[in-house]
Amino acid sequence: MAVLQVENIYKRFGRTEVLKGIDFSLEKGEVLVIIGASGSGKTTLMRCLNFLEKPDVGRIMVDDKVLFDTEAAETLKESEIREKRLHFGLVFQDFNLFPQYSVLKNITLAPTLLKKGTAQEIEANAKRLLEQVGLLNKMSAYPCELSGGQKQRVAIARALALNPEILCFDEPTSALDPELTGEVLKVIKELKDTGSTMIVVTHEMEFARNVADKVVFMADGVIEEMGTPEEVFGNPQSPKTQAFLRKAHEGF
Amino acid sequence: MVTLKLFGLTLLFSLPLGLLISFGSMSKFKPVKYLFKFLVWVVRGTPLMLQLILFYFGPGLLVNMLEGAGVNNLLTDMMRALNQADSLIIAVIAFVINYACYFSEIYRGGIEGIPVGQYEAGYVLGMTKTQIFFKVVLMQVVKRIVPPMSNEIITLVKDTSLARTITVYEVIWAAQDFVRNDGILWPLFYTGAFYLLFSGLLTLIFGFIEKKLDYYRG
Repeated sequence: MAVLQVENIYKRFGRTEVLKGIDFSLEKGEVLVIIGASGSGKTTLMRCLNFLEKPDVGRIMVDDKVLFDTEAAETLKESEIREKRLHFGLVFQDFNLFPQYSVLKNITLAPTLLKKGTAQEIEANAKRLLEQVGLLNKMSAYPCELSGGQKQRVAIARALALNPEILCFDEPTSALDPELTGEVLKVIKELKDTGSTMIVVTHEMEFARNVADKVVFMADGVIEEMGTPEEVFGNPQSPKTQAFLRKAHEGF
Repeated sequence: MVTLKLFGLTLLFSLPLGLLISFGSMSKFKPVKYLFKFLVWVVRGTPLMLQLILFYFGPGLLVNMLEGAGVNNLLTDMMRALNQADSLIIAVIAFVINYACYFSEIYRGGIEGIPVGQYEAGYVLGMTKTQIFFKVVLMQVVKRIVPPMSNEIITLVKDTSLARTITVYEVIWAAQDFVRNDGILWPLFYTGAFYLLFSGLLTLIFGFIEKKLDYYRG
């Protein structure tokens, strides 16, 4: 049974059509990697899933429950959106940690406000997550004292603290120095091994190939090609995919 | 002491009022937004001394006009009360409105300077708008506005001397009484020392607050 079903998503900003009918589904425990050139709509799709943008047309279902449907045409109340977006977690490109709080408080803040348990439970869980991303020793540090890679690992722990069914990553390594991307990708890979369902937008082709169960190549607001990593990377069918992958291989 | 009272009361009321005005001038509802922008433009665009005089003489003139026109409603009563109010109270009202408008622009700058990512991080973590404002944004705004606020508040120390134009017996006026009555000049210079000490103390306090908030960056 698909944990996530996305049907016919359209989104435009002014005159620019960014998403032109996106359909895909995701099984529990699967990792979907979205690749594609800048401006192809990857980030917008991710933001739609997390209710940071509202699709103009389309339907989003999680566990066969309709989260969003333009056909239903009812305007969602803020509190309803808040509840629905908790099915998803989002890790941003530029971390967006809260600078005034310690690493631990960054992770415990939302669960505390949402009353997801007693203070002890929430703190114990946060420490467990920090251990998982290898940063328990940085618990009392402030974000400004961390490297980019460490910040992103804290951001991952923060998203995990709310136990989302599907964890989304929006170019999690694009703001990092090349030597720091490894530690973040390693954490994501470990999450896959523990059975997390994830959607990852990335430009790291090697990583995409290794970690993905399913690869989506997006171009000009549509899914140009979708398949297993072997299919998409090994034997791309669409000329656009071929051109994109050739460029990605050539590098600079 | 009158100067301190005027200073303290102005801060007490204008700090929260400024926040309300800043919310008004950032309102998504256009008429409210432009109403507040207009208010800020008028208040910042005219001298405080003129505003003092307006609040001091305006109510009396209005009462005459309203009574002349046979109007006797809540407005007339309010103007009557203002007309009879102590000049210090009039000064506090004028100062509060004036400073609230300046503060509102500082707040607005602070609030609008917070990266949108901070709000989005709060949203995806399921926080309400109110929680995001108080738990995520506010502390960062405070850190950003301390330097411009300290500037404005030190200006207020010296602006209190303007209240003498509407017969508030503040420190310079008190010193001038010595000049007039005793023919001695030095009490006037003592007031200079008073202002220096006062603003020096404030500088120390704000320096301390800035240092306290220095534990993080961003």
